[in-house]
Amino acid sequence: MDYNKPLLESVEPDYINEMTARRDPIEKAKNMAGAAATTIISFGALAGTTFGQDKKLPGKIADVLNFALTLEYLEDEFYRTALGSSGLIPQDTQDVFGQISKHETAHVALLKSVLGSKAVAKPNFDFTAGGAFGDVFRNYQTFLAVSQAFEDTGVRAYKGQAGNLKDNAKILTVALQIHSVEARHAAEVRRLRGEKGWISGDSRGTLPAPTQPVYNGEGNTTQGGANLAGLAGLSNAAITESFDEPLSKEQVLAIASLFIKK
Amino acid sequence: MTKIFKSDDEAFNLEATAEGFTSRRKFLKFSSAAALTAFAFGALNPELLSARTAFLGLPIEPIQEGSVDLGKGDTGILNYAYALEQLEAAFYTQAVSTPYSGMNSAERAILTDIRDHEIAHREFFKVALGKKAIPGLQVNFTSINFGSRDSVLGTAKTFEDVGVSAYNGAGQLLKNVDFLLLAGKIVSVEARHAATIRDLLSPMSSAFAGDDATDPSTGLDMARTPAQVLPLVAPFIKTPVTANKLPKPKN
Repeated sequence: MDYNKPLLESVEPDYINEMTARRDPIEKAKNMAGAAATTIISFGALAGTTFGQDKKLPGKIADVLNFALTLEYLEDEFYRTALGSSGLIPQDTQDVFGQISKHETAHVALLKSVLGSKAVAKPNFDFTAGGAFGDVFRNYQTFLAVSQAFEDTGVRAYKGQAGNLKDNAKILTVALQIHSVEARHAAEVRRLRGEKGWISGDSRGTLPAPTQPVYNGEGNTTQGGANLAGLAGLSNAAITESFDEPLSKEQVLAIASLFIKK
Repeated sequence: MTKIFKSDDEAFNLEATAEGFTSRRKFLKFSSAAALTAFAFGALNPELLSARTAFLGLPIEPIQEGSVDLGKGDTGILNYAYALEQLEAAFYTQAVSTPYSGMNSAERAILTDIRDHEIAHREFFKVALGKKAIPGLQVNFTSINFGSRDSVLGTAKTFEDVGVSAYNGAGQLLKNVDFLLLAGKIVSVEARHAATIRDLLSPMSSAFAGDDATDPSTGLDMARTPAQVLPLVAPFIKTPVTANKLPKPKN
């Protein structure tokens, strides 16, 4: 790779010093990772910029962010309730769910700060989905199943809205930064349930039948108009695992509404 | 030829169907032409490399080729992604073909799956970019000890986290909304990889989305510009790559 001037000039001087001081690529990468973390758009910076003033937020973007906020309200209350349910989450996964819960709480705060007075109110939730998951806060396996469904849905929901945020580079980037965190959560919870971290075909795996809408469409092998079946001798499972699919707002709300009290 | 992409100023063409591409790979793999092709383009696809050594008895050390420019506009960003996927695919191909000491069956299955995903991404971009695709890049893995679990998984963690941040940062640089969706379809898979590799290194902990990857106060993953990403991967890519014409972030 060419360390050409135009590239380096746009990088902070500290980076360049670190880059030239370190020889080992792994150490270099780790070091850069730490430095780059400081470039993440901060909570305060986000709220303080033009789009943080809710009156200037275009209606289309506010709609997307309120849709996202509704899902984050759902996840946030779900994990806080679970962590507060004595005996539900085993000691050895308390850190996992503590981390996920922390992120969902932060996402709610972040979205509310951007939306300001335009933020929708938190709905009243029924995490049993009318009794389908009646023991969700008493049975760890039921809790895990609902958690996986929420996380995989969240990934698909954000993905489906990226195009609607295209006109605002900062908000689009923030949405993408939430999107990939939801995918990290999804992979971890899937693996706790003994599933692969990725979605094969449109399989819900060992989840109960009511969760199938979360996975419908994931078996798509056509990308960019080209059917990739057989690409490079790969199996259809591998091809479909390689591309996560979006859900429309309507599809997501149909899933989420099962958990929202009318 | 099927036209699959069209943006304001650029058209992307499918030069070969996926099936046709598979056939071509098989042809390359099993014929001595592969050796010549690998030699001519300096490709470091391990399959081609092994074919080259098998058929011509040439040393593994690839020949130096000229520098590669990623290009401008959406083409440039897709080539940027293609370059990163080439790197990841080559890395996992090597990691699976020369397993580290003590690799268990679960780890082997995970690394094999990830290898296949990265190959799918690489081949997808190659097909989608058609004639605008950059050539195969030569990689440099001399700093990686493929016999060591820590070295392999540590490198995998770096590549996956960097990949996630690269796609997150590149989204705003794409003009064509279809490409944005495609990038979204891929980045969440990279994030699933990142979480899984991190969990192998530090099981059942907060590491899968650790505070070093996901800002604990905002719950946001990292986003990096190409100018931040390219120096991170430069030590692993032997072919000189220039990216001066890539779109610049607005902020």
